[in-house]
Amino acid sequence: MSKFLEVNNLSISFPTEDGVVKAVDNMSFSLEKGKTLGIVGESGSGKSVTSLAILGLHKGSTAEVSGQILIDGQDINAMAENQVRSLRGKLMSMIFQDALAALHPYYTVGNQIAEAYLVHNKVSKSEAKKRAIEMLDRVGIPEPQKRVDDYPHQFSGGMRQRAMIAMALSCNPSLLIADEPTTALDVTVQAQIIDLLRDLQKEFNTAIILITHDLGVVSETADDILLMYAGKAIEYGTVRDVLQKPQHPYGWGLLTSIPRLTGDPEKSLAAIPGTPPSLISVPSGCAFHPRCSYVKQVGTACSSSIPDLLPVSAGAHHLVRCHLDTAAREEIFRSQVAPNL
Amino acid sequence: MFNYLVRRILSGVVVLGIVSAIVFGIFYILPADPARLSCGKTCSEELILKIRHTLELDQTLPVQYGRYVKGIFVGRTYLKGTPAELKCSAPCLGYSFQTNQPVTQLLKDRLPATASIAFGASILWLLIGLSSGIISALRRGTWVDKLSQGVALGAASLQIYFVGLVLQFIFVNKLAWLPTPGYSSPLHYPLDWAKQMALPWITLAFLLSAIYSRLTRAGMIEIMGEDYVRTARAKGLGNRTIKLKHVLRGAITPIVTVFGLDLGGLLGGAVITEYVFNIPGLGKLSTDAVSNLDLPVITGTVIFSAFFIIVANILVDLLYAALDPKVRIQ
Amino acid sequence: MNSILKVEGLTKHFPGNKHSLFGKRDVVQAVDGISFEVAKGEAIGLVGESGCGKSTTGRLITRLLEPTAGTIEFDGKDITHLSNAQMRPIRADLQIIFQDPYASLNPRHTVGTIVASPFRIGGVEPEGGTKKRVQELLEIVGLNPEHYNRYPHEFSGGQRQRIGIARALALRPKLIVADEPVSALDVSIQAQVINLLKDLQKQFDIAFIFIAHDLAVVRHFAQRVAVMYLGNIVEIADRDTLYSNPKHPYTKALLSAVPEVDPDAVGSRERIRLTGDVPNPINPPSGCRFRTRCWKAQDICASSAPALLHIGTSQVACHFPE
Repeated sequence: MSKFLEVNNLSISFPTEDGVVKAVDNMSFSLEKGKTLGIVGESGSGKSVTSLAILGLHKGSTAEVSGQILIDGQDINAMAENQVRSLRGKLMSMIFQDALAALHPYYTVGNQIAEAYLVHNKVSKSEAKKRAIEMLDRVGIPEPQKRVDDYPHQFSGGMRQRAMIAMALSCNPSLLIADEPTTALDVTVQAQIIDLLRDLQKEFNTAIILITHDLGVVSETADDILLMYAGKAIEYGTVRDVLQKPQHPYGWGLLTSIPRLTGDPEKSLAAIPGTPPSLISVPSGCAFHPRCSYVKQVGTACSSSIPDLLPVSAGAHHLVRCHLDTAAREEIFRSQVAPNL
Repeated sequence: MFNYLVRRILSGVVVLGIVSAIVFGIFYILPADPARLSCGKTCSEELILKIRHTLELDQTLPVQYGRYVKGIFVGRTYLKGTPAELKCSAPCLGYSFQTNQPVTQLLKDRLPATASIAFGASILWLLIGLSSGIISALRRGTWVDKLSQGVALGAASLQIYFVGLVLQFIFVNKLAWLPTPGYSSPLHYPLDWAKQMALPWITLAFLLSAIYSRLTRAGMIEIMGEDYVRTARAKGLGNRTIKLKHVLRGAITPIVTVFGLDLGGLLGGAVITEYVFNIPGLGKLSTDAVSNLDLPVITGTVIFSAFFIIVANILVDLLYAALDPKVRIQ
Repeated sequence: MNSILKVEGLTKHFPGNKHSLFGKRDVVQAVDGISFEVAKGEAIGLVGESGCGKSTTGRLITRLLEPTAGTIEFDGKDITHLSNAQMRPIRADLQIIFQDPYASLNPRHTVGTIVASPFRIGGVEPEGGTKKRVQELLEIVGLNPEHYNRYPHEFSGGQRQRIGIARALALRPKLIVADEPVSALDVSIQAQVINLLKDLQKQFDIAFIFIAHDLAVVRHFAQRVAVMYLGNIVEIADRDTLYSNPKHPYTKALLSAVPEVDPDAVGSRERIRLTGDVPNPINPPSGCRFRTRCWKAQDICASSAPALLHIGTSQVACHFPE
């Protein structure tokens, strides 16, 4: 049975002055309607570039996109720009991190939401405005009939993000991509937005891709997690699998190094040495190997060959890209990682 | 908004006052003696004293300035009560004894020519500049872009007098396609008016469209990289809608404000253009007055053009607030 | 005397817009009468969301801003209204680390110049020479001392932050104000810098005011935590008490809003969702400023602002503390 969203062998590279940057390398993942996939990674991991490709926004730029992006059976990557355009906003839509920069400063919020609706629906301007007010109300903005005529800078951060969600959902898309939607917001507002997205998903059965670097956010919102590093998927599984039983040294490092509200605050955080690589000069073999504490256990393979994304154990849905064999991995996890989680 | 307007007008008046005071003061301390200049070649001491009295130069500076300012509002009468009485009705910006006219009259006579040059050229440079800038931005990096920007750079590096004289030589002297540039009222013979203005328009537009082309191109490119343009694409908007409704709208604001200031400055006199083509406008008036040291006229033209620039500034500020919601004072 | 810093009734009002030509000008009440103490060598955290005034407080304490009212006593000396020249010798003991590692370093100066600048400005020559001390400092913060002559753009964000820390340490300060020192860094780098700051704090017995919006980060650094809301301090407590037994409703809501990494722990904590937005600091609510979003609000909350009172070992500003 095919899934609603299927990405197969997606690779995206950009020619730059300093050489070819392979922003995304051979990514594959899938998503069902009504479910949330969290794509987690740090800056330079390629997560945003991936999401833009799903909307076909790289068409017409210098980027080279290969692979399949199947939404409801249609391959976005194989389509021409004007074909994809008719789907943008209608079948799939996107919300961005900085709502103030992502909304046009010179047009009212109502105008911009109505515009999104009018692209795909032949109705009158007043109909579209009614829809805008309806959507503002649906995302929890008080006095929507008044606020529909306000400009983006007149909204607070949280309200602006809600307005952007209203705009993205105005045509009832089946897929919503949220690119770091709460990163710029206060934690109490973030909690409200997370709740809102969850409610809207339940109501409209939308598939959501949530891109973030915050493991707490992804834990509260996602069903599955795709962990990215230097353009590759390095771990893929359910939220429980990846966050409770991580199998990749990067995931181990992340989960033991982030400060939390639980655990012993006096213990030093187990930091990951080094820095994320620049995509122009990705380390050979496994991109994580310069920062990995377990290279010695594997040997030269880590620096010479790129590991495949394989199940952690026979038949498992939890995939990991690492040269450590299953036994070694489980042993390290049991003895060194689990006690620190 | 109303308060803002009132505040700006008040400060504009203050600035105008300061400008007029400075101009007045400078001419007061200039070594040139206005009386001697007005007197002409054959001059006797007695005549000079008489003229000094007529021009009220024997009064102190504050008194002279005070009467000048008063004259702007209610008019002024020189040599009141004598047979040589000169009436200068409000707004009286002084009296030119060299040409025997009130300065205000001179300005009124010369304004239409300058206004014709300014408005005609501005429409031309806006059309050429904006369209070439937009095309360059949309075709960024291609030969179209490089060519148009190269031409723009070349045009901008040529001096107005050079361009003007060359064009006149080609189109008036050699090809005789156009009559000698000059000014006749557009109300009587609009076609003649346009033909006579054509060269000044083209000359001015030559330089300024180059500047506006670069400005538009840079503005468009900057806006095209903005996040909200990416959002517009993500909504499924077509390319044309994005370019016009989103990008151009974003880029137009700084261009409009610069345009307002340029136009305001030009209304004070397109000095070089008028000089090169011998058009009887405000620019020519002021350069002639400087050559002849006709101080009342110089004072008048400086204040007159300061007035236009201040008004242009205020209008531009209001326009900016109308275009950019963030600037509007709540 | 054991406190290195004593702040009383500290207030900062910023002028806002005027509404009519001769009307009143808006006043942004960024910080409104806060009082707290920091003991010598103590690490205290200052948390709150945007608009709470924590960054403004940091700048007031280091006298980058002039207080509108209140007093700041540093190491026994009243520094509230000292001029720049008078502050200069004091700045040797009172340093600040900024949030943005890309903006807080002059891109035209070498790292060596940057770290040495406190010596230059303070007119102090360290023993053994400036260069030696700078290299020492670079090593202390985990950078290669040989990179003395490199420029900031040659370093990553985490490394630049370390340079800023080295600069702050140069004159052996008694108190460092760290304004969101890790917020702009990648997640995998944050732990490195937090560990570094913690080690330095202990090793050199430096008092720290750690300003952050991330409660989890503060928990790993501070011994005592103060929570701010809309210009007021609403709760001060020692770390363990604040995180396990918060007494102010806002602190409770704040803690419950922090997303939990363990998927099974989601839902185990009490979920409190605040409605609406943070009110405008130009027109804060009367009485208790949190009352418009507080589920416990009563009439008294509107009529009188609660004072910061001791309840057990904590200080809470609430009429109905938990």
